[in-house]
Amino acid sequence: MSDLTNLTLAEARDALVRRETSATDIAKAFLAAMEKARPLNAYVLETPEQALAMAAQSDERLARGEARPLEGIALGVKDLYATKGVRTTASSKILANFVPGYESTVTSQLWRDGAVMLGKLNNDEFAMGSSNETSAFGPVQSPWRREGSNAALVPGGSSGGSSAAVAARLCLGATATDTGGSIRQPAAFTGTVGIKPTYGRCSRWGIVAFASSLDQAGPIARTVRDNAILLRSMAGHDPKDTTSADLPVPDYEAAIGRSVKGMRIGIPKEYRLAGMPAEIEALWDKGAKWLRDAGAEIVEVSLPHTKYALPAYYIVAPAEASSNLARYDGVRYGLREPGRDIVEMYEKTRAAGFGAEVRRRVMIGTYVLSAGYYDAYYVRAQKIRTLIKRDFENVYAQGVHAILTPATPSAAFGIGEKGGEDPVEMYLNDIFTVTVNMAGLPGIAVPAGRSSEGLPLGLQLIGRAFDEETLFSLSEVIEQAAGRVELPQAWWA
Amino acid sequence: MSVDQATVRRIAHLARIAVTDEEVPHLQGELNAILAFVEQLAEVDVTGVEPMTSVTPMMMKKRQDEVTDGGYAEIIVGNAPLTEDHYFVVPKVVE
Repeated sequence: MSDLTNLTLAEARDALVRRETSATDIAKAFLAAMEKARPLNAYVLETPEQALAMAAQSDERLARGEARPLEGIALGVKDLYATKGVRTTASSKILANFVPGYESTVTSQLWRDGAVMLGKLNNDEFAMGSSNETSAFGPVQSPWRREGSNAALVPGGSSGGSSAAVAARLCLGATATDTGGSIRQPAAFTGTVGIKPTYGRCSRWGIVAFASSLDQAGPIARTVRDNAILLRSMAGHDPKDTTSADLPVPDYEAAIGRSVKGMRIGIPKEYRLAGMPAEIEALWDKGAKWLRDAGAEIVEVSLPHTKYALPAYYIVAPAEASSNLARYDGVRYGLREPGRDIVEMYEKTRAAGFGAEVRRRVMIGTYVLSAGYYDAYYVRAQKIRTLIKRDFENVYAQGVHAILTPATPSAAFGIGEKGGEDPVEMYLNDIFTVTVNMAGLPGIAVPAGRSSEGLPLGLQLIGRAFDEETLFSLSEVIEQAAGRVELPQAWWA
Repeated sequence: MSVDQATVRRIAHLARIAVTDEEVPHLQGELNAILAFVEQLAEVDVTGVEPMTSVTPMMMKKRQDEVTDGGYAEIIVGNAPLTEDHYFVVPKVVE
C-alpha cells in the first residue's frame, strides 16, 4: 500500500483485517514519520521497541483471525496517562523521572483491545494551558502554518502533542484529556476531531489529576468515526474511580450515519460575543445550515449564565489543582531539592519542580480555599456552577437534542503571541468549551472550514449527559458537508 | 479584592512554594489580574442556590472494607528520591 500514515484509523483497521497491510508495517511507517517530525516536539518519548513488540503480537492474532476491536492500531498517548514501566511526566520537571508501576485504566483498555503504543505525547504542564507552551519539554509546533508564512503556530492545549501528532500523521489517533477545553480547542486548531465525553464516561484512574470534578479522558483522531471507535474502547465503568458511571458502553460507531432528521439543535444567543470575528460567525451559520439541510430543526436557545462559566472555572479548577498537586512534596516520588528542614525541602522542591503557570494556579487555588475567602470565592463559584448546569437542563427540557457553538473564538495563534503579561488573555481561549466541563456534559469539536489565512476552524456540539451517540451522528453531518480536511504537507520532514 | 505583597508571601508559604523577592511583584500582578477577572461573579444572585457537589447525579458506590490490593512495597517506593528498607526518608522533623 502507499503511505500508510495517510490512512484514517477506520481505514487502517479494515485494511489490517483484510490483511492488505500488517500492524508491523503500520508501526514502522509511523515510527519513521515520528523520527522525521522531531522538530515539531509532539512526542516527549518514543517507544519503538514496545510498538514493534505489540505490533508483532497483533500480527499473530490477525493471522489467526482473532482480531480485537483495535488490533494493530498505532496510537500516541498523552503524557498525563500513567503507562506501566514507561516514563510518565505530565510534562513537568517535578515528574521528570517518574516511571509508574501501574497502567491507567483507559490505556489498559486500549491495549486490551489490541492497540499499539507509539510513544508519549507532549502537553501543557499538568494540562494547565491552552497552547502547549507551559510544557517543561518546550512548546509543540503545529503542522499548520498560515498561508504564505513560516511563523510557528501553537497546536492548542493542553493536548497539543495529541492534536499535532494526529494532524501531522504521526499516529492513527491519540488519547487526550479535557478539563476546560483541552481536547476540543487543540482539535479545532489542527483540523482534527476530538470528543470530551460526559463526566464519568471514562475512568480517571491512572491519569495525572488536575481538577478532579472537571477532568475527563477522550480521544483526538482524524475523523468522527475514528473518535467513535476509540471512545468505545476508552469508556466504561471502573471500580477504581468512584465517579465513573456504571452504565453500558454503546457501539458508538453504529451512531454514524444515523438520521438526524427531526432533531432540535439549539443555538445559544449568549455565545454570540461582541467582537466575534466575522469568519467565526459565518462558520457557525454554515454549520447550522448544514444540520438544517440534513433535516434538523434549528432553534435559538438561552444559556443565561454563560459569561460566568470561565471566571467560575478559574476558581474551581485552581482550587482542586492546589489540593491535587499537594502530593508533589519530594517524598514519595518525583523531584527533591534539599532543604534545612522538611518545610524548606517542600518549598524548594515545589519551586524548582513546578513551572510558572502551575505555581500561579496552585497559589490562586490556595488563596480561594484559605480561611476567610472560602465562602466568598469557592462556595460562590460552586453555586454558579449549579446555575450553569441548570441552564443546560432547561434547554434540554425544551426538547433540544444538542447545542451548536463555535469551538474557539479564533484560529490558532503564534507561539509566544498570547498570555505574556496577563494570564487571562490565554484563559479566554476556552470561553466556548469551559461551560461543558462545568456542567459535566459531552462536547465534540469537528472541523468545519478554514480561516482567511487558511487555518482550520472548528464547531462544537454539546450533548445531553451520556448521549455521545447523538453527537457522533450530528458531527458526522458537519464533517461530510465540510469535506475531508486536507492535512498540511510534511514541511518538517 | 486584591492581594498585597505580604499576602502573596503568605499564600506561597501555605502552598509550600518558595518565592524569591524578585518574583513577588510579578506574582502579585498576575494573581490580581486573575482575581479581577473572577470579581464579576459577585454580581450573580445565588440566593437559595445549592453549591454543586456532584457533577452527575449518582450514588456513591460502597464496598466491603477489606484489603484488595498491595504486597509490593518495592514498587511503591520505586520512584522515591530517598528510601531505606522500604521507608521514605525525609529530613528530621522533630528536634
